[in-house]
Parts: sequence; C-alpha cells; structure tokens
Amino acid sequence: MQSSISLSLSSPSPITSRSNCAADSPQLFFTNTTTPNQLRFCGLRRESFSGCKSYNAIRFKQLPPTKQLFASLSGNGTPSKGRGFDYDLVIIGAGVGGHGAALHAVEKGLKTAIIEGDVVGGTCVNRGCVPSKALLAVSGRMRELQNEHHMKSFGLQVAAAGYDRQGVADHAQSLATKIRNNLTNSMKALGVDILTGFGAVVGPQKVKYGKVGGTETVITAKDIIIATGSVPFVPKGVEVDGKTVITSDHALKLETVPEWIVIVGSGYIGLEFSDVYTALGSEVTFVEALDQLMPDFDPEIGKLAQRVLINPRKIDFHTGVYATKITPAKDGKPVTIELIDAKTKEPKDTLEVDAALIATGRAPFTEGLGLESVNVQTQRGFIPVDERMRVSDSKGELVPHLYCIGDANGKMMLAHAASAQGISVVEQVSGKDHVLNHLSIPAACFTHPEISMVGLTEPQAREKAEKEGFEISIAKTSFKANTKALAENEGEGIAKMIYRPDNGEILGVHIFGMHAADLIHEASNAIALGTRIQDIKYAVHAHPTLSEVIDELFKSAKVVGRVSSATPESGCSLRF
Amino acid sequence: MSSSLLQSRVPPTLSFSSSIAGTKPQWRFTFSPAVTFTRRTKNSTIHAKIREIFMPALSSTMTEGKIVSWIKSEGDVLSKGESVVVVESDKADMDVETFYDGILAAIVVAEGESAPVGAPIGLLAETEAEIEEAKAKAAGAGSAPSTPAASAPPSPPPPAAAPVAAAPTPVATPVAADGSRKIVSTPYAKKLAKQHKVDISKLVGSGPFGRITPADVEAAAGITPAKSSAAPVMAAASAPVAAAAAPAKSAPTFAEIPGATIVPFTTMQAAVSKNMIESLSVPTFRVGYPIITDALDALYEKVKPKGVTMTALLAKAAAMALVQHPVVNASCKDGKSFTYNNSINIAVAVAINGGLITPVLQDADKLDLYLLSQKWKELVEKARSKQLQPHEYNSGTFTLSNLGMFGVDRFDAILPPGQGAIMAVGASKPTAVADKDGYFSVRSQMLVNVTADHRIVYGADLAAFLKTFAKIVQDPDSLTM
Repeated sequence: MQSSISLSLSSPSPITSRSNCAADSPQLFFTNTTTPNQLRFCGLRRESFSGCKSYNAIRFKQLPPTKQLFASLSGNGTPSKGRGFDYDLVIIGAGVGGHGAALHAVEKGLKTAIIEGDVVGGTCVNRGCVPSKALLAVSGRMRELQNEHHMKSFGLQVAAAGYDRQGVADHAQSLATKIRNNLTNSMKALGVDILTGFGAVVGPQKVKYGKVGGTETVITAKDIIIATGSVPFVPKGVEVDGKTVITSDHALKLETVPEWIVIVGSGYIGLEFSDVYTALGSEVTFVEALDQLMPDFDPEIGKLAQRVLINPRKIDFHTGVYATKITPAKDGKPVTIELIDAKTKEPKDTLEVDAALIATGRAPFTEGLGLESVNVQTQRGFIPVDERMRVSDSKGELVPHLYCIGDANGKMMLAHAASAQGISVVEQVSGKDHVLNHLSIPAACFTHPEISMVGLTEPQAREKAEKEGFEISIAKTSFKANTKALAENEGEGIAKMIYRPDNGEILGVHIFGMHAADLIHEASNAIALGTRIQDIKYAVHAHPTLSEVIDELFKSAKVVGRVSSATPESGCSLRF
Repeated sequence: MSSSLLQSRVPPTLSFSSSIAGTKPQWRFTFSPAVTFTRRTKNSTIHAKIREIFMPALSSTMTEGKIVSWIKSEGDVLSKGESVVVVESDKADMDVETFYDGILAAIVVAEGESAPVGAPIGLLAETEAEIEEAKAKAAGAGSAPSTPAASAPPSPPPPAAAPVAAAPTPVATPVAADGSRKIVSTPYAKKLAKQHKVDISKLVGSGPFGRITPADVEAAAGITPAKSSAAPVMAAASAPVAAAAAPAKSAPTFAEIPGATIVPFTTMQAAVSKNMIESLSVPTFRVGYPIITDALDALYEKVKPKGVTMTALLAKAAAMALVQHPVVNASCKDGKSFTYNNSINIAVAVAINGGLITPVLQDADKLDLYLLSQKWKELVEKARSKQLQPHEYNSGTFTLSNLGMFGVDRFDAILPPGQGAIMAVGASKPTAVADKDGYFSVRSQMLVNVTADHRIVYGADLAAFLKTFAKIVQDPDSLTM
C-alpha cells in the first residue's frame, strides 16, 4: 500500500531540519541524517531496516526525488500494524498531557492526530500553571520591593513600588500566547495532525470530531487516548458571575484587584492566588472545609508555610467551615458568603467582602465524550483507569485500545503527571510495557518562597511503615545553613526527607524555601530511578548553590544497611 | 537582644536526623533556649522551693507562645537540662528545658493553649511534700485553668515578662464567632488591632459597607497612616498622576516642592532622629554661666605639647565638678526614682561624616589628664572609622557638647534620653569684664549652658554644680593633679 519510504525526523529543532530540506540540497540532508539515532523509519520498511548499521547507505540508494521526500517529511508516519486505520493514535485533547503523548508518539513512529475543541495547550497553558506563573513572577518582585527591611539588608534603597494592573495582566496573557504557539508549532513541525472540533468516542477504535451540531468526521485509530482534562470545580450554592465571584479562569485575567477577597479552598491554587493578591495589595480571607490550612502538604511543611505565607501577611482564615451560599455583589451590596460548620452543619458566619475566588479544586471534563458507546461509566466524572491508564468499563473490564490520561482520570491532577502518563501509554502501544511510578512525580506550589514535594508525606509514610513492618527515619536541613540562600537573604526554609534507614530508600522529600520547585528534582529522579541514599550522597554539588540543601539532606541521613542499588557488584556482594 | 543571642547559638549547620519509631513528630531544634525560670524566690519566701515555669521569649518578636506539648507530665521528676515542654513561637517549635532539678507539680497552661511571654505555664516543686502546696497555688493563681491567657493578669507581672507582654493579649481566634452584633473588619485590620491592642468592637468602620479597615485601627491606635505607603500604590495608567500620588501618601502634611530629592536616613541618622523624638518626653530646663578662661587657656598652652586637648581639659573639669554634685550625674529612668551612677562617664558629642556620635570617656574623674587625652584620641579615631563598640558610645552619664571652635558664643543642647544633664560650651572670647570693685578689664570668657532633667536636677542643684565647675576652670591647677 505504502510504496514510498516515509520517514520522520526527530531532531531537537524540527523547524531547522525542514528548512534544510526545503533548500533542496542533498548535502544538507546528509548533515541531518549522519546520526542514525535521529532518523526513524516508519511503515513497511521499518522491520527490514531495523538493526541494520549501514542504513545511511541503503537509504541513499533508494533516495526518492527530493520533492517527494519533503512531502513525506511533513507527514507524520503511516499507520503501521493496524491496516485500515486512519491513524495509529488519536488523542482527544491538546493540553499538556495530549501534547506530551503526541510528541512521544511521533518519536515512536506512530501516525498521530490530536483533536482540540478549544485552544491548544489546555488548562495548564491557557488557564493554569503558565499564566499563574507570570502573575507569581510579578508578585515575587513586588514582595521583594515592598519589603524595606529586606532591601535595606542588601543596602538597597527603593522608593514605594507600584504596579499597573493591565500591564501585569498583559504579561500573563502574552506568556500564555507564547507558550501556546510554541506547543502548536512543535506539533505542527513534527507533523502531528491537529484536528479542530469537539472529539468523542463513537465505538471501539473509532472517534468523531467536528463542531457540535455541524459536520462531524469519523476517523479510525488503532489506539485512542482521552486527555480532556478538567475545569474549575464550583460547589453547589455558589453563583459565579465572573466579576466578583470568580474561578481561577477569571482570576488569571486579573481584571480587578479587589481590596478584600475570600479564597475558598487553601490548596495549591488558593495558596498561589493568595500570594498574588496580597502582593498586589489585597487582603485575603481563606475558607477551608478541613480543620487545617493546606491539607495537601506534609503537616510540618504546612505548619511552617502557615508561619511564613499566612500569619505575617494580610490574611486571615476560617477552617472547618463550608461556604454553602455565595452571592455575587450586586445592587450596591457586597459579595456575601454563608458559612456553616463542616461537622455540625450549623450556620457559623456570613462574610461580606469585595470578591470571592472559588479554588475548591478541579472537576474532570468528561461530558459528551461518547463513553457510553464503549460502555464506560465515569465515577464522579473521572474515567476509571488501571495503573497503565487503560480504561475499564462498567463491568470493570478493560476496554481495548482506549486509554485516559491526565486530570480526566483523576490519578494525579498535575500537568506533568498527565504528560508522563501520556508517554507511558505511548510506550505501551508501541510494544513496550511501562508502568508509571506516581510516587516519583514531584509537585510544586509557586508561592514565595516555594513549596515542593515528591513521594509520601510523613503520616502516609508512617502508615505504610506500620502496615508493611519497616522503620522510617526523618532527615531535615535548613536553608539557614546554606550560603547561597543567606546571600539572597532568604534563609527561611527547610528540606525534609522521609526514608528507610534499613535500605536507604527515599520515601518522600518535602521542601519549603527559595526555589524549592527547582530543587525537588534531584529527589524525584532518585525515587524514579531507585537510587538509594547511600549512593546519591556521594554525588557532588556545586558550591555555593541551593542544591547543597538537598546534598546536606542526603548526607545527614543515617542509613544502617550498606546495600548499594547502583553498583551491586562493588564490595556489597555479601548482601546479595 | 534575645534574638541575636539565639542566633549565635544556632549551630553552623542545622542538619539533624532522628530515627523515629513512632512517637514524636515535632521538628525540634537541637539547641534549647532555657530561659524560663526566674528568681522569684527572694520576693516570696513562703514558696521558696516552688518555682514557676514561665513562657519563654524564644524570639525578639514573640509576644505569646503556644504549648505544643508537655514532654513531662505532672508528678514527673525533672533533672537539670531536661526538656520539659515544646513551645511554638512565631518562628518555630522549640524544646524548653529546665535549669533546676525538681518535680513538675502542676501544669498551668495545657497543651494547645497559648500564654503571653512571661506568664507562668507550670510549677516546679523541689520535694514531693511541696507538690500539694504547688497545686493549690496553681489553682489559686489560675482560677480558671482552662483559659490560661486570662489567668495571667491577677498575679503581679512576673519579672521575666518583657514590657510588651505585661498586658496579656487575647488568645488568637481567627474565626470571629459572634452571632449577635456584626462587626466586619478586614484581615489586616484584625491583625493590627491585636498588635496594637485596640478593641475592634469599639471602632466604627469607615471602609466600604461600613467595614473596619486597617486605617481605622491605625487611627484608633494613634499611628500615623504614613506606613500604609508600604501597601502598593495603585498606579494609574498615566505616569505623572502616579508619581504625584506616591509621595503624597508618605508625607501627607507637607507640600511637595518640585525637584526635591529624598535621601533616607542612615542607621545612625535614624537613631539620632529616634532619640530626639524621645527627648521630647523629658521636662528640661537650662541654666547658663559665664566663665573666665584666662587661666585655663594658659594651662592649655602649657600642656598642649604633651598631647592634652581642650576637650580632655573640659571633660576632666566637668568630671571633677560632678564628683561634688552627684545628682547632676544621676538619671531618671522610670519617672519614679533617681538612678545615681557609680562612675562618671563623660560623653562628648562629635560630628562625623553624615552623623553625630558621643564617644564616652569612662571614669573621667579618676583618669589623669594625660591618660584622658590619649583615650580621647583613640575614641575619635575609632568613631571616624565607625569602630566604636556600643559601650564606648552609650555608657555616658553626662554629655559635653562644644561648638566653641566654630565661634559660637552660646547655644542650647538637647538632653539625650537616659542622662540627667548636658553641657553646651561656647567659644572663649575676649570680653570686657567688670570685677567686684568696678574695674573693667578684658578677659577671655566663655558661656556654658547646661540642659538638665528637672525631674531630678533642680535649679539650685544645677547652679551649684556650675559654680563648682567655674571655680575649677578658673583655677585649673587641680586639673593636672
């Protein structure tokens, strides 16, 4: 069927390689193909070439006219094993998860399409991590400039710092646009087909897309990934008007900076927005249903974070209460928030404020996906999956060739988790079993200073230790002892590690302090690769850097067992 | 002060690891500030062997602390250096250890509750026999043990209490649990009210919907709202408007003169400013005195080659006069008593680049003129290189300020807080003077003007002191002895 050789180039800069080809020069073409690793053959010829060391030469003999080559380069492979399918892989949803899966699929030589009903980039890029980071970058600077004491300790003198709201909002918007274009271009460059419209499953290995109510196209695919993500969760009784009662979607546009805003929910989203709003001059009141703020964090980190991020700021809070009714401001009346006790359900208080931000988490966006056609029932909106992201139907049986990644499956609602799950699925459909270790996925909250974590919290680890009968130990280091942190006058912070003293396994690492989000990866990589403390403690860290906080952490751990994971043959054979 | 003390006790690296089998999840510093026991035994001999454990001040900013957990329970025998209780401050959780052996007789403030710094949180008995007595005391002191913060006021303020903590602040309850009357106040307003001990329920809100704003609390606490410039300036789209708005906020009462530059105070200048404002609370008066200096000038010419300076001469003369008039060397620290100083330390005002400092000639009455001169040279050198130690500039008991070298004939000095008197010395000038027989002659004369705290130094005291001082200067031979 496919007589011409198709190939896909996966080079670090796909756009360059395309322009090289367009220049019509065989020499340039060669420069691109000198490293066999970057060249992947697809289609029927693939098997016959695999393992052949001299495939440059073979290729050369069969080199078709350049124009044809160019045409085939802009495509993204052909459906291979599954004859009769339009695509090897169709991904519904072009958020960070879908994007990560698509890129990896192309690398694996799969003919891939991605369906997007809204804008490429999904929540993360357009209404989540990305624009919020722009706002937090502003709030971080404002905080520094406003802190006279901090500036004075550097010997700096700064006159009253001010800001232009529209300028801040524009920065967030232009960052989102830039990242969105980058994402779109990277997929286009690799030749991922971007299909516009609302995607839905119509049967096994069959997907339709198009404008709702308009013309719809049905395509077939060997494998399907659902990556439709999530939307802000709005509890019952809350009336969102987008002006005075808002979700993170609205807040990121920063159309107003209210004098006093209630943030319902004190998780990552709420905490980050409290950082932004207080830096811009707002006063904040948290409403948290659980008994303590920041319930997601390790309790000790949460406690310290409260000391630094809540208590000294213009923030107060109500814990153990539900906001049952939130009415937007209208007719000259303020926003009213009715609170009831979370346990007794008795009315507790009514708040009258200028605005309310609903940050009670996110709800999966899985409506209208045609899941009934494959007999799948969502659970509270989430699509049930196993550890390999395979979707199971209402009887608990796996639906062949159907996967779900990201917020839609609710396993770990983080952009990079979605992307990692997508890559894991692509590995599986291209013939290599892969199970993602979710305990190695780091998470970060970009307050000032930042909070980051990977693996288990102390209570979780304690529970696990009790159940499985091992001991755990805790190691801690302080940013106060770190040269770089002190140079920056940012000595506030700790790093904490929960580990097994018997074999040196890292169970969890939690960091609160300057650049914590960047520091966590040493720990998350160690967990992902199974590196033990007794090995990683010998790794060298540049001095003076913040990474030495983590270095200290590893070095201060007391591992009793001498088992080495990385070099089992060297001197540790007794244990094996 | 305590903060610097604590910091110095922090080991260079704060890394520690603990193998926890399943008990204490708290984060503990390895150092333990143990500042909890006071020497109250002298005051109340009846409870000689029952010691109170007080809420320690774990940081300079701490006003109240929360008991995280009692490591020991009532009846436990404690030995010196053992950790007794974990206290949460505004900065961290810390173990607090005991300085004494004894038995933990009673816990006054239970776990999870807060108490102001200095309030008793527990009682330590020396022997078992005293446990009952201690318990009775605990019950008496804290009539309602369940509300420890409220139990503090009836007892006299403990000696360890920082002045800030003398009036206990209410326990923090962020949730305004009032059903009857609706007081709406913003989070920051609540924080400020707590900080400045303003009863928020008595305020009338000026904010939107009648809510109490931070400005309302500041007004009630008598703070100028100038500090609010720290809050972001809402810059309007047009730059000039924003530029005009910013300074207007920081100095609301002064008209702005275009082109003015604002140079913030240096640390020294800020300290001077603070002292000057403080000096306004002291009732001062001034007494002037003319002194003939021909003899002094002659002496000065004689000893100058030996390195003696005029400052040393004047300081020595003042010190010798102060020996005879100790009340002028005294100070009034609390508005209720005289503090007579043991030593006579003459502070001398020196203008240094961009500031003013007062190096102190300690024991000026005891050192001889030559040593005094040498000491003075060292001090001036140190002052210019900004290397004066605190005790070398803040231990003065009497200050001398001399502007004579500029030709100033008389001036008026401001009394530095904490001292009883300051002497302003003018230039010595040839003046026509009539002696008691009515004969005119031209003599060198300088005018000195002493400012004193009238709470302790009265007019006659000061006049007598000046007369003695004049006598010494006019017959200066005693200075060289």
